Formats: sequence, structure tokens, C-alpha cells
Amino acid sequence: MGFATRLASVLVLLAGWQVAASAAGSRLLPAPLAILDFIARESATGDLWWNVGITLARVGISFFLAMTLGVLLGIALGRSRRLNLVLDTPLLILLNTPALVITVLAYIWVGLNEAAAIVAVVLNKLPNVAVILREGARGLDPQLEEMARSYRFDRRTWIAHVLVPQLQPFAVAAARSGLSLAWKIVLVIELLGRPNGVGFAINYYFVQSLNVAAILGYSIVFMSVMIAIDILILQRLEAYVRRWR
Amino acid sequence: MPVSDTADAALRVEILRKVYGGGGPEPVEAVRDLAFTVTAGAITCLIGPSGAGKTTTLRILLGLDPDYEGRVTPPPDEAGIAMAFQEPRLLPWRTVEQNVRLALPRPARAHNLDALFESLGLTPWRGRYPGALSLGMARRVSLARALAQKPRILILDEPFVSLDDNAAASLRGLVVAAVEASGMGVLMVTHNVAEALEIADRLLLVSGRPASLLGTIALDRPRGQRDRGWVEANRASLAGRFPSVIAS
Repeated sequence: MGFATRLASVLVLLAGWQVAASAAGSRLLPAPLAILDFIARESATGDLWWNVGITLARVGISFFLAMTLGVLLGIALGRSRRLNLVLDTPLLILLNTPALVITVLAYIWVGLNEAAAIVAVVLNKLPNVAVILREGARGLDPQLEEMARSYRFDRRTWIAHVLVPQLQPFAVAAARSGLSLAWKIVLVIELLGRPNGVGFAINYYFVQSLNVAAILGYSIVFMSVMIAIDILILQRLEAYVRRWR
Repeated sequence: MPVSDTADAALRVEILRKVYGGGGPEPVEAVRDLAFTVTAGAITCLIGPSGAGKTTTLRILLGLDPDYEGRVTPPPDEAGIAMAFQEPRLLPWRTVEQNVRLALPRPARAHNLDALFESLGLTPWRGRYPGALSLGMARRVSLARALAQKPRILILDEPFVSLDDNAAASLRGLVVAAVEASGMGVLMVTHNVAEALEIADRLLLVSGRPASLLGTIALDRPRGQRDRGWVEANRASLAGRFPSVIAS
């Protein structure tokens, strides 16, 4: 029932779009079928999958780095009042610096290269992850801490069975919001300074030919990939870490 | 048989003074002159009003709070103490069985615990998560986790509070059986005198804030022969002698 309703809403949307596009007859509002046609042609040349693959790799590497560093930083901030005092303001500044500014500065200071792109995404995303994990680390159950100390849990046991399970929901929430943030930033970074990737392709079709079907085609394919990752991996991970509830 | 205060002392506790906020403007004295022993093979009940510093005392015994004047012998690290907390404090993301095993030192985690789970009526619950348990069952798991340590001293903090009569009675039976089977010493903390009179060998009456010892009473009637009349009569007589402890 729920699925049928969702499907119906998408189909109605698509049909309305197709009708409106046919009526307008403009290449600035291409019909869904025209976009599908572009996706098929671009995919046949291999360009589509090359660009999508490059972007995915950038998202993957920067996501992994930002999550790892952000989780560690967040735990440290949540457990050390002094460290939090030292880093809270810089974190707040970074959190409120526009992605565009961080990106441009990274390209200027690090150079117009792959490392700068990765640094830019990591710097954009890391404060979010750290702030979410800081909340998690502050909310650790003191009664369980006392229990673990009274039973003399060793460090490995404490980390694996007391600390990590309490932080898992926060880490998964940070991953889900972080992934959608990361790929949007990666596209901007590619548009500004990389010779390949989905962001580059979109910029190319915008500047060269105002090819809206191409721009929408790239967007839809990449969005689909990211939504699939969210549903197939992250949502399952979330269900897994909440299985005991 | 009265339990001597000096023989068989498995744990000797002398807290001269415990103050919170010592450096601050208004330090609070939580414990003063609280000295007692816990005897092997017997149940010692520490009775005092709520907020009397009982929890503070337990934290000192567990070695969680080293900041006090006095001493505990043997020291908490060596005394073989295991505690069942008032709130069961189970890891909600681990099964009943994992909760019991994870509290053991690594080499002991693989030991066979069938007899322990069976004796506490937990066999059908071993694979379940704590969220699926009633409070009474969760307390049993907490007791199982403590007993699995094979402690020389078992500490129970208000083990029967908030349980219905049946659950409390069955848990009481399990505690008594465990003491009689193992010969460990039990220190039970409670504010309920009737409950203490049911199973204790000795009562320690403690005043409120700061906690200090008002009296020690050995109960010489065997557990099997304590009927409701005996418990009620003793409760009334204690209430007469220690109104500040019992009335609350």
C-alpha cells in the first residue's frame, strides 16, 4: 500500500513533466524521455560511468577520512572538558564557513589538485561529524561506567561493549547526514577545479551548450547511486545497530 | 546462632569520614564513624533511611571512590567483591548471556555457566536482550553476573525494591540459596526493615546524613523459623529503639 502510493506519486510527477515538456517544446525543459535518451548515449560512450566512478571515489575517500577523524575528535571533545574549551570556537567557525570559501582557499593554498579537493570535503564535513559524536560521548551512561569499573572491564571490553554501542546511533546519524553533504560538496569542488567527475561534466554541458538534458541526466544518475547507497547500506546499518531495542 | 563481630570477617570496613565538596564553600559530610565487618557465610544487612550515605559507602567498598578517611581491609582490589546494583545496569545491546560473560575476566568467559543460569531460572532467557525482561528477571541477571564472579563478598543494593511480593520472595530465596551453597559473605543494603528481618543474620542500623553506625543486632532465630509474627514483633521493637532509622 505504502509502496503503491509512492510509485503512483512518482508516475504522476513524471507524466505531468512529460506533458509540460511536450507543450513547451523547448530544449531548456527537456522531457523525461529525452533525459533517458541522453543517459543511454552517454553511458554507451563510457563517459557517464567514468565521471560517476571518479566522483564516487572522491566521495568515498573524503567520507571515510572525515568520518574517521570526526568520530575520534568528537569522542575526545565529549570526554575532555579542556580540549572542548580549546577547540569549540575554531569548530564553530569552521562549521559556519561556506563550503565554497573552504574549497576556493584549499585550491589556492594546496594547489589545483586531488589532495586539495579531498582536504576541502573533509574540512567541510568533519565539524558536523565531530559535533554529533561529541553529543554522543557526553551522553554516556554513568551507571554503566560505574558497573564496568566495578567489574574491572579491561579496555578492549569497555570499548567494544560499553563505549561503541552507545556511540553507534550517533555515528550512523552522522554518516547518513554526512554522506549527502559530502557528495553535494564534491560536485561543487569538481565544478571549480577538477578535469573530471560529475561536477565537471555538469559544468561542461552548462558552459559549452546549455544542455539541460545532460545536466539533469548526470544529476539523476548520481542521485540514484547515492540514494541506493543510503537505502542498501546505511539504513540497514541503522536497523542493525538498533536491533536490541 | 549469633554471628560474632570479629571472627570470620571477610571484609572489615572503617570509614572515619567522607566529605563531598571538601574544597568548596559548603562541604557535605556523607559518612562519619561507620565501622563494621562482613562475615563469610552470613547475610549482613545495612539499614538506613534513604539518602543516608549508603550508596556512598558502597562506592567506597567497590573501590570506585578512593577519596575518604579510613580503610577497607582487604582493599577492594583484593577482596573479591561483586555487586548487584539496584538498577540492574545491564548492557541493553548485549544478550543476557553476554552480559554475564562479559563481566568475567577473559580466560573465564568460556566457562560452562549452565548450572548458574539454571539455578536462577534464567535458562530460557539466555539469548534474550535485557529490554525483553521484567525488572525481577533483570535483577536475576544482575545477580547471575555477580555470582558468576564467584565472589567472596556479594553486595546487594536494595535488591528487592520495586518488585511485587512474588518476585521479591523468589529473589530472596535465590539469594539465601546462593549464600548457603557458596559460603560467601553478603552485604545487603536496604531501607526496608521487614525485608532485612526475613533473611539477615545481622543488622547494622545506620543514621541518616552523615551515615554513622547506631547499633548492631545479631538475629539468632534460623531463617526457616521466622514467621510473619516474629518479623512484625521485631520490626516494632526496632522502631521503638531506632525511631530515626525505622520511621522513615
